[in-house]
Amino acid sequence: MSGHDHEHGHGHLDDPAHPHNAPLSEVQLRVRALESLLTEKGLVDPAALNELIDTYETKVGPRNGAKVVARAWADPEFKRRLIENATEAIAEMGFIGRQGEDMVVLENTPTVHNLVVCTLCSCYPWPVLGLPPVWYKSAPYRSRAVRDPRGVLQEFGVELPEHVEVRVWDSTAELRYLVLPERPPGTEGMDEEELAALVTRDAMIGTAKVQAPERPAARAEAAR
Amino acid sequence: MNGVHDMGGRPGFGPVVREENEPVFHAKWERRAFALTLAMGAWRRWNLDVARAWRERMPPADYLRASYYERWLWALERLLVEKGFVMLAELDRRPDRPDRRRVRPGRVGGRVDQPTGGEGPDAGIRRNATLYHMIYCT
Repeated sequence: MSGHDHEHGHGHLDDPAHPHNAPLSEVQLRVRALESLLTEKGLVDPAALNELIDTYETKVGPRNGAKVVARAWADPEFKRRLIENATEAIAEMGFIGRQGEDMVVLENTPTVHNLVVCTLCSCYPWPVLGLPPVWYKSAPYRSRAVRDPRGVLQEFGVELPEHVEVRVWDSTAELRYLVLPERPPGTEGMDEEELAALVTRDAMIGTAKVQAPERPAARAEAAR
Repeated sequence: MNGVHDMGGRPGFGPVVREENEPVFHAKWERRAFALTLAMGAWRRWNLDVARAWRERMPPADYLRASYYERWLWALERLLVEKGFVMLAELDRRPDRPDRRRVRPGRVGGRVDQPTGGEGPDAGIRRNATLYHMIYCT
């Protein structure tokens, strides 16, 4: 991925007082021109744009998905509903919205490991995982996840025994997947909140496994 | 439709490169391009498939070179013109928009001898041809 101009948080577009005098790149100018044009026409409201950005930077993200996973681990009845109709079960928890209209949950087991990709673009379950990371949208991941999934998993540090079947799921604009990772050993006494803290974004894409807590008894004890 | 975006199984792209503690956006303009796309999508003049189809129409070499939100911006500009929200001339004549016809260091080729519209009875036709060229061929 080229073309990232790292501004390191200077944000001189919205901070004219900032002493940073670097000329704006063409893409920065195009976006600024477009926003001012659409604002003048009354087609967008900059405050609403700020709210959209804030929503996806701070409110919608993989912590939502981690709560879904933790509940599925803690509540067999919820897990049954989640596998049966993921969209409805996830909506029960209030995680609804764009790019999550049709959800499917894929359960990892000791013999099956699921991996999610979008070979065509960047389809991803926004309400539970937020916006996808750059690597998920990148050519190497999109091309290789379906051709060499075990090789890709190794690059992510996941070594699967030969007998484990790898299933790769290619997302579409209509259907998006969430991996339900295996609950690690040593988490028996944990409540949903403690469990959710163990679940990573990559584990819900299938490029990681959930790691067992280092000192399970001590952590569970400390949290009480 | 087959195209460069259809990447499943294609060899040669190398290893997956990850960024630790990756931010949601990597630049201020990415935030704005993202939010503008969603806000304009809310007018429901196009759906997700139409937006994706435009991103997939980016010329293959440009598509591979572009970052993710550069593709979004490229598609949004064209969607806005196609659906009549803005005229191409408005996009192109903003004072704060770089003049793409100006010869710049490193970009000396290909821009100097484009038709510019000019005066006369067929000026409008020529100008439209220029605009068409600029939006579809640049």
